Amino acid sequence: MVLISELVKNWKYYPNFLMPVIPDFVMVQAPLNSDNWATSPGIIGTLVLIFIVLFVACIIFLVKLNGYIDSLKARQIEKKKLAFNEELMALEESDIDHILDKRKKALKYKLSGTELGGQERVMDEKGLVNRVTHEPENPMFDEKKKTPLSIETPEPLKSIIIYYLGAAVCWLVFGTLVGQYIGMKFIWPEMDNLSWLSFGRLRPVHTNAVFWGWASLAMIGLGYFVIARTTNTIIYSYTLAWRAWILINLTVLLGTISLMSGINNGGGEYREYIWPVMILFAIGLVITFWNFYRTVASRKISDIYVSNWYILAALIWTTVLAIIGYLPFFQNGLGETVIQGYYMHQGVGMWFMTFTLGLVYYYLPSALNKPIYSYSLGVLAFWTQMLFYTMIGTHHFVFSPLPWWLQTTAIVFSAGMFIPVVAGTTNFLMTMKGSWSHISKSYVLPFFLVGVIFYFVGSTQGSFQAFRFTNYVWHFTDFNVAHSHMTMYGIITFILWACFYTILPKLTGKEPPQVLVGAHFWLAFIGLFAYMISLMVGGTYKGLGWIDGNAFLESVILMKPYWVWRAIGGSLMFISHLVFAYNFYYMVRKRKAIITLDVPILERVIN
Amino acid sequence: MFDFHKNHKTLVLATFIGFVMLSFIVAVFPASQMQNVKPLPNQPFLTENEREGLHIYISEGCVACHTQQVRNIEMDNVWGNRPSIPSDYYYSKERMDFWRQSPSLLGSERTGPDLTNIGARQSSKDWHLLHLYNPRTVVGESVMPSYPWLFEIVDSNLVKDEDVVVNLPEEFATPSKTTVIAKKEVLQLVVYLQSLKQMELPDGEGGKFIPRSRQIHSEGLDGDLKSAALNGENLYKQTCAVCHQDNGKGVVGAFPPLAGSAIVTNEDPEMMIKIILQGYDARTEFASMQPFADQLSDAEIAAIATHERSSWGNNAPEVKEEDVKKIREFIANDLNP
Repeated sequence: MVLISELVKNWKYYPNFLMPVIPDFVMVQAPLNSDNWATSPGIIGTLVLIFIVLFVACIIFLVKLNGYIDSLKARQIEKKKLAFNEELMALEESDIDHILDKRKKALKYKLSGTELGGQERVMDEKGLVNRVTHEPENPMFDEKKKTPLSIETPEPLKSIIIYYLGAAVCWLVFGTLVGQYIGMKFIWPEMDNLSWLSFGRLRPVHTNAVFWGWASLAMIGLGYFVIARTTNTIIYSYTLAWRAWILINLTVLLGTISLMSGINNGGGEYREYIWPVMILFAIGLVITFWNFYRTVASRKISDIYVSNWYILAALIWTTVLAIIGYLPFFQNGLGETVIQGYYMHQGVGMWFMTFTLGLVYYYLPSALNKPIYSYSLGVLAFWTQMLFYTMIGTHHFVFSPLPWWLQTTAIVFSAGMFIPVVAGTTNFLMTMKGSWSHISKSYVLPFFLVGVIFYFVGSTQGSFQAFRFTNYVWHFTDFNVAHSHMTMYGIITFILWACFYTILPKLTGKEPPQVLVGAHFWLAFIGLFAYMISLMVGGTYKGLGWIDGNAFLESVILMKPYWVWRAIGGSLMFISHLVFAYNFYYMVRKRKAIITLDVPILERVIN
Repeated sequence: MFDFHKNHKTLVLATFIGFVMLSFIVAVFPASQMQNVKPLPNQPFLTENEREGLHIYISEGCVACHTQQVRNIEMDNVWGNRPSIPSDYYYSKERMDFWRQSPSLLGSERTGPDLTNIGARQSSKDWHLLHLYNPRTVVGESVMPSYPWLFEIVDSNLVKDEDVVVNLPEEFATPSKTTVIAKKEVLQLVVYLQSLKQMELPDGEGGKFIPRSRQIHSEGLDGDLKSAALNGENLYKQTCAVCHQDNGKGVVGAFPPLAGSAIVTNEDPEMMIKIILQGYDARTEFASMQPFADQLSDAEIAAIATHERSSWGNNAPEVKEEDVKKIREFIANDLNP
């Protein structure tokens, strides 16, 4: 508290609320006061330094240990070699000749180059080359490149991916329809008077449907492709994939119905589904993890690609998270609040963010047709993601009755989030570097670019918001809602869309109309901006009004125009989802089958 | 041994163990510690009805817009006399039943006001019933949803004596010969809301609020506090307007008008001050008014009374802090001679 009063005394030097960074570091320079020795920066700094030394010592120890174990292994390998030599010496003369003969033949063999194509000249007699145009210059918009090739994927995997993504699209449209509806209730609170459609019940329906329905199903569906592709093998079990699909969809369906009928676990955000419903989701996660893990275990290449790190970790972490979030043993009194902060932040950070980053590490290089800029940065971001993200949940309860040390930890580690965020952003931007011209030529890259930029902006802004000063102004206002849309929508959803448009045309061989992809992009982007900016500005005024001690009702009246703008932005976003749903349908719909030639006819043609 | 790039088992185990350890440090361990608090002395249990009301509060999703935490910063002082402490939640934050966990009462957004102390701020059952039936009957600018499904519209002839009738103002009235009565659920919810009162701490003070900056710098703490307290219009909006309305016209059938009221415009403010201090329940056609002696200081009451006496066409002389002080002392002596 002394820290804060110190900060507050410094207020006059920072009259502008838009300078949130400096006061927070001012705050860390606490006064000399023996009462608060444990929280004084000197002590904290010293502890951190000691921790660093210990950390380095641990690493050294582990490296040494590693070396020792490696030397043990080397000795074993040496032994095996000796055994092999002895085996060779024991072979008969004629056997050795036979082996050498075979090897000589194999070395001499060469490809003639005509094994596959034959020696005829290349012609297009049957007109198989399509897309002949007489108008190379489109006056309305830049012609985008077509997806160059289709990827051979096993049929069952293809339909799993399409069903996961299809269900996700349905939940997106449903979830954002609900969101749009409750957004309008801020303007017309009397739109309806049905208990099942009231604001308090629909709000969690919206958040949970887009979380567990849209984003989760989309991520897992896209993940199936990444896992199969980067392990260069087939998925361990298609049946398990279908079971998880049913369980997750069932979770959202039952959860939605129970919330609308007034059955709510306790009102904690993203924890509104009661446990009998949420357990289905957890089982779905465990099944998915097992399926992915077994696939990675049987991979055909020795290295585990970094995407798989993120994806496997996201599944493990979220399972742990769901278990801790729902276990009843430490959740009475403010124990529940500690867990709530932990759960709601990790739900975002360990599930959506981690999984989505895993997807970016595959789909972004794949869309650009070049390798990721730095593999090591990806690994660094991975471990720091785990370390920093896990610790910051309590920043949702700054100034609350939760222990001050827990709040401080959360704030400090929120600042630490800069490391994974900067590492990730740098990596993605450097991968894109040199391909900027592709942005105008591709309908996928703009989605990636917006997602990556929001990854930096949204996460950094979130860290700033955790600082005590900014919390002072923004907490409890609509600014929070803006922040969560900036991240869950700006980062996660935009990146998922990018992945959709990267992979679906390759799977189905059908590209959506480019005008409609453009419409989707711009409607969503402009809508999000209107949504965000209006709530940020309104939220800031609201917070400042509270600080000034204005009557509460005035903050409601103040927000009204901003709520209108939010609803307008929300409408644009929702329309973009309808366009997107159509694009999706366009990419995956079954086209009239081409009459297939039966074998006798085919033979006649060939002869 | 630690080759995460090639060994999927080590990789998966390391991520699992690392995350579980961090989770214990930052969540499980502090959470179980936070359970070891004691209730305050004399802290009342939740009655059966209050607990049922709390369950309705959760299932209707009230926590989406209403917080129940007074933070230790001065702007939260309007919601309670002291910052909230863990013991405050001793009885309310327990596992609800086999299916549902401990309610998340602290909340994360204030689209509506904080409810930590709503039972003290607004103790009138009639007000709460009107407000839940349709918030705009009493707060014109409110964006809160109506909860008509917690009420029943019945034939006026069938209203029984034990039914709790909601007297709606004309513009919100139901078709003639029908009456709105409260269901059991809404009565439980109101009982719960009325029970939300901040307990005084045994040592009489409790944690301090971190003061707001500008006071310290511009005029010094006292000066600014005084001038804030003297803003009668603002105080009226915060304290009185939910019933008597911003325009001083009240709500027909529930809350009497102050504009043109004989008591308010009387040269002698004694009766008016007494009502503010002690509450009022003399007129059956209106809901009863709660006493404000504990919530408002003499200066604040004087500021509010002056505002009421000089607004909406009223034109009576101002009330001084000393007048209120005198009457307050008089009442105290009257009660404990």
